[in-house]
Amino acid sequence: MGKSKEILRGAEIFIRSLKDEGVKHLFGYPGGAVLHIYDELYKQTDIEHILVRHEQGAAHAADGYARATGKPGVVLVTSGPGVTNTVTGIATAYMDSIPLVVFSGQVPTKLIGNDAFQEVDAVGITRPCVKHNFLVKDVKELASTIKKAFYVAMSGRPGPVLVDIPKDVTADSCEYEYPETVDMRSYRPVVKGHPGQIRRAAELILSANKPMIYSGGGVILSEASEELIEFTRYLGYPITNTLMGLGGYPATDKQFIGMLGMHGTYEANMAMHHCDVLIAIGARFDDRVTGDLEKFCPYAKIIHIDVDPSSISKNVPVDIPIVGDVKHVLKDLNAILRDHKSKPDAAAIKPWWDQIKEWQGIDCLKYDRKSKIIKPQYVVEKLYELTKGDAYVTSDVGQHQMWAAQFYKFDKPRRWINSGGLGTMGFGLPAAMGVKKAFPDAIVACITGEASLVMCIQELSTCLQYGLPVKIINLNNRYMGMVRQWQEFFYAGRYSHSYMDALPDFVKLAESFGHVVMLVDKTSDVEGALKEALAMKDKLVLMDFITDQTENVYPMIASGKGQHEMHLSPERELA
Amino acid sequence: MRHILSLLLENEAGALSRVSGLFSARGFNIESLTVAPTEDPTISRMTLVTSGSDEIIEQITKHLNKLVDVIKVIDLSESKHIERELMLIKVHAKGTAREEIKRLNDIFRGRIIDVTDSTYTVEMTGTGDKLDAFIGSLDEKEILEVVRSGVSGISRGEKAI
Repeated sequence: MGKSKEILRGAEIFIRSLKDEGVKHLFGYPGGAVLHIYDELYKQTDIEHILVRHEQGAAHAADGYARATGKPGVVLVTSGPGVTNTVTGIATAYMDSIPLVVFSGQVPTKLIGNDAFQEVDAVGITRPCVKHNFLVKDVKELASTIKKAFYVAMSGRPGPVLVDIPKDVTADSCEYEYPETVDMRSYRPVVKGHPGQIRRAAELILSANKPMIYSGGGVILSEASEELIEFTRYLGYPITNTLMGLGGYPATDKQFIGMLGMHGTYEANMAMHHCDVLIAIGARFDDRVTGDLEKFCPYAKIIHIDVDPSSISKNVPVDIPIVGDVKHVLKDLNAILRDHKSKPDAAAIKPWWDQIKEWQGIDCLKYDRKSKIIKPQYVVEKLYELTKGDAYVTSDVGQHQMWAAQFYKFDKPRRWINSGGLGTMGFGLPAAMGVKKAFPDAIVACITGEASLVMCIQELSTCLQYGLPVKIINLNNRYMGMVRQWQEFFYAGRYSHSYMDALPDFVKLAESFGHVVMLVDKTSDVEGALKEALAMKDKLVLMDFITDQTENVYPMIASGKGQHEMHLSPERELA
Repeated sequence: MRHILSLLLENEAGALSRVSGLFSARGFNIESLTVAPTEDPTISRMTLVTSGSDEIIEQITKHLNKLVDVIKVIDLSESKHIERELMLIKVHAKGTAREEIKRLNDIFRGRIIDVTDSTYTVEMTGTGDKLDAFIGSLDEKEILEVVRSGVSGISRGEKAI
């Protein structure tokens, strides 16, 4: 490493750079422009290549791997359709700030711009959905560009980086030296928060009568759970997590009052609305969280801790902004709070907790547990009980995603893996595959619906080839459930193209891919089926749960409403 | 309100498209944009004129800073600064108009840099307002073409980016 003076070909430099970067797994699909690289992959065993069945699957698998481990996910695809197929996956990672490094082959430099076979402007196409991207035009820049790509992807607010490598660059040779450090004059992310701002924040925090902590995915990305727990417990304040932040604070803790937002708990949303000091930590005031901005937190002074200055005061004006890495800022804040002459006053905030307990008494997540038709919530609850909250759970997008978020109690970070920002159907199965590759001994469950599952169903084949026995919980209601729900509420029940006619027979389908499958259509069979599936440690099991078609996700804030204007269910309207 | 942002960015292929792409993707305005390498050929200097509320300008500045190729961003309009724009304008210059255009050019301190028996081409620098005023003083029918560089700006005094 470092001082080596060997002359290597570009393809060898590529492999050596990944090894020096510590990459162990590579999700990819070969093609003309990357054949030199694939030839080098063939000659080595340090890096395991996982051959997906569609490049979108490679991006999602690497994404799931990154979310579960905190390490960058690495993708290798060919030029043209190879890279365009990854765009959905790259955009998914971008919206949730997940570090991916995507390597795409490109036509030889001489042919760039000639509409050559399988040529596409990869840098241009991906520009709006990457943190940064590079086109490597000279083999001498290959190693240093790879180093920069990993550095940019992982530092600051993480995100996907694409490196486009023309075929001739992988054939040319030069001296190999992998840089040990990176210094980019145009890119120096802030780590430490401003001490004055942190002190001001501490004053405001201790002065609160109705405090509320609202934490998001930034806590998980910066590995700040421990600091967040210390902060929250010391103060004794209520806390809510965003969809992306679940697991950042233990869901079974008594100070945790559930997820917030469109399908968050009544108590979390009401507490947001009525709080007098809001402490936003690594969260970005997404529209699914805030509801109508005009009505958002009308009584609160707001503190916002975020590594990305452009997230601050983007949607909601903030009183005390703190730019910095959440982990560092919380460490400093915790130290200041402990040394502060004022101590948290449990008596002062007791009326606030009493109010929250009253809201909790409404039991907003109540559903019919006695139903003979399988309620999707029941399946998630049973999965939670049987796995003791310790499984890695991936999901697709829609109703099942919300039920998973509401009913699986995540006590640890990096256990809940979903496409929160982009809302990508088809994410769940390949993401689960990536998680299972990283943690072969862990239980990895993909909670999905029949509409999402078929979007990347081809990856069942990858799971068989690489022995990735994930458990697929298919909550099959024969509808695009969330679309159907909105059509029921807002389009007078005109179910335009939201039903799934001509669904595959999932039993035959999973069998044809070589997996175990269970068809479950009675509530009384749910627990047994889950137990049996979880016991089959080395088998991928697809559980096809035939669920209640009419079930809707509650509670709900309709778009354009405020957080205090929640809709509980048709039977239970609030005054 | 109108703002003049001055940027230093890496002189690399695609850096300009990252800036222009940011504006189109987030729905920000660009009134004009000029860019060229500086005395250090690895760095380009860009002057960008935009408009929006204080909140929007704050977001624009933050997002520009977030681009990995951008080294520095300052808002020239926040302090004393000089702005200049270059215009090349080709006009019909025949008969009585020929003398009139020459006089106007002198008043506006332009330079006639190309002459034919029927046209003048005028080079003029100044603020956008001045160039507008010159165009306004001409008979619209006489104007053959107008090329404007967009605004370049620099701060007054010893302050540098």
